[in-house]
Amino acid sequence: MMEKFTKLSSIAAPLDRANIDTDAIIPKQFLKSIKRSGFGPNLFDEWRYEDHGEVGMDNSKRPLKKDFVLNQEQYQGAKILLARENFGCGSSREHAPWALEDYGFKAIIAPNFADIFYNNCFKNGLLPIVQSNDVMDELFAFKGEITIDLATQTIRTDSQIYDFEVDQERKRRLINGLDDIGLTLQYADEIKAFEVQYFKTYSWI
Amino acid sequence: MPQTLYDKLMSAHIVREEATTSLIYIDRQLIHEVTSPQAFEGLELAGRNPWRLDASIAVPDHNVPTTDRSSGVSGIEDPISKLQIETLDKNCEAFGINEIQMNDIRQGIVHVVGPEQGATLPGMSIVCGDSHTSTHGALGALAFGIGTSEVEHVLATGCLWQSKSKNLKIEVNGKLNELVSAKDVALYIIGQIGTAGGTGFAIEFTGLTIQNLSIEGRMTLCNMSIEAGARVGMVAVDDKTIEYVKGRPMAPTGKQWDKAVTYWETLHSDEGAHFDQTISLDAKNIKPQVTWGTSPEMVVAIDGVIPDPEKESDPVKAESIKNALNYIHLKANTPINTVIIDKVFIGSCTNSRIEDLRIAASVAKGKHVASNVKLALVVPGSGLIKKQAEAEGLDKIFTDAGFEWREAGCSMCLAMNADKLEPGERCASTSNRNFEGRQGQGSFTHLVSPAIAASSAIAGHFSEVK
Repeated sequence: MMEKFTKLSSIAAPLDRANIDTDAIIPKQFLKSIKRSGFGPNLFDEWRYEDHGEVGMDNSKRPLKKDFVLNQEQYQGAKILLARENFGCGSSREHAPWALEDYGFKAIIAPNFADIFYNNCFKNGLLPIVQSNDVMDELFAFKGEITIDLATQTIRTDSQIYDFEVDQERKRRLINGLDDIGLTLQYADEIKAFEVQYFKTYSWI
Repeated sequence: MPQTLYDKLMSAHIVREEATTSLIYIDRQLIHEVTSPQAFEGLELAGRNPWRLDASIAVPDHNVPTTDRSSGVSGIEDPISKLQIETLDKNCEAFGINEIQMNDIRQGIVHVVGPEQGATLPGMSIVCGDSHTSTHGALGALAFGIGTSEVEHVLATGCLWQSKSKNLKIEVNGKLNELVSAKDVALYIIGQIGTAGGTGFAIEFTGLTIQNLSIEGRMTLCNMSIEAGARVGMVAVDDKTIEYVKGRPMAPTGKQWDKAVTYWETLHSDEGAHFDQTISLDAKNIKPQVTWGTSPEMVVAIDGVIPDPEKESDPVKAESIKNALNYIHLKANTPINTVIIDKVFIGSCTNSRIEDLRIAASVAKGKHVASNVKLALVVPGSGLIKKQAEAEGLDKIFTDAGFEWREAGCSMCLAMNADKLEPGERCASTSNRNFEGRQGQGSFTHLVSPAIAASSAIAGHFSEVK
């Protein structure tokens, strides 16, 4: 089961860049991994560390780029990422949402997302939220805790409430913590009933 | 209402129907080492078990070395390849999945092993985390490639959500010219309809030419459906199909066999079934093919010339011809049979079956690889094919002619193991993709049939069989 997504309160890490591609999110050398988890330490690897990252390095000992937003003290523990246009463009690698999720992000707010990345997010319990450039400017300027309520489809700061759109089926899956597998397993009895009939007819399989 | 083969196969497997998508039951999942580790990890993290253990069969193929394997998996030099294969072994053991391990004689390319073992049967729904799963459609199965999340989904639920594809009939009639193979038919079709020609469709290949192909040939053709944009490619079941399946290790026997055959004989499109699109081609127009560019649709006949972007009226196409020629270091209007090659690869899930090796050996027999050809590799599709070829003396013909004779695997088709091209090297390859860098960074791939690969190895340039 994926973790249920209902209400999320967190500070937001402001990554003020457009066209952040999946190569930047998780560079290709890390795709050699046989794991789906554990990509978090290499999220934004080239922006985050001074040296060149490779598989198997002890990331805790690597020199950090102090200016990079995720390395700044005030954004430690952020579960919301703010970004600009066309977030997640480039390669279709599912390793990109895997890395964001493994790092601890639960939601990304941007003016728009690349299609494949957007779809991959929902498969991995991440909520991508689209807001206008004007709202993004306000969110980037805001420094406190932000609350995202998926049930009411709202983002709240201390003074503002912003609505957002989300596909209802996807919303249902996130709120109930249903990944695609979790959803399909709701029909486990139907599948079992199908099998009984099926193997009677096609008994050689 | 008359149904197409695809419609029949889909409806036999529908567990649940929703507005735009259906939950379909999967009979067989084929697993290899590259796209499965994260799926197994996902199962483990969620505490889930495989839905039906005997649905799956695993075999390492993408990363295996094709050279000496006497030291087993622990002897694999590349640590990342080794880890991926060890992980497959470990996962299959932990979850109880039937695996054919690297040093098993039955090991080979997953799309060769499935039909060879009878793990692929007519009428089955078959998936694998590999786009060339379309191969299995040659036996009248519904087979297509899936991603890693879907691999996990099928492992956990035995099912997959699918939207229905449209039906495309590709009909080829007439007698094929001598030494024109299924590979040439596949490349010719892609040249005609383009790499997006089949997007959104399930293709059924029909017509006398297709009926006359061997099952191996039909596999070659269905294999490359994905290069035409279609995830599914199929041929209806006929006597040849049933004859091919009979006696395979995992095929049914006795009464079950008779019952299965009765069903399999219904696996063809009904008279008057509706196809959304039909394309008819004449076999006599098909000559041996060679790709000249960086997409499978960039193909000419062996006696043809490389196209000229200046003569192309469509500016987008002209630009793509220019880009391809720029990458592949060839000039417009060059006769393709004058292009010099550096290496030759005979193998892959497209062309590594016994009939492919027989044809290539018959061309190479008593001759020798040209001095400018640095390496000519023959990589059988499975250990059993290797053994069969050796029993027929084909290995001796190849090695006498200067070819290298290797162990089974995907090898230089995708160059994940040590078999790869160096930058600037040009290869005549019986594989399925000629994308930039596919066989090694900065290398040039030309797709051909096994006969043309062998004759080109002998000539040192692309050449018809002499």
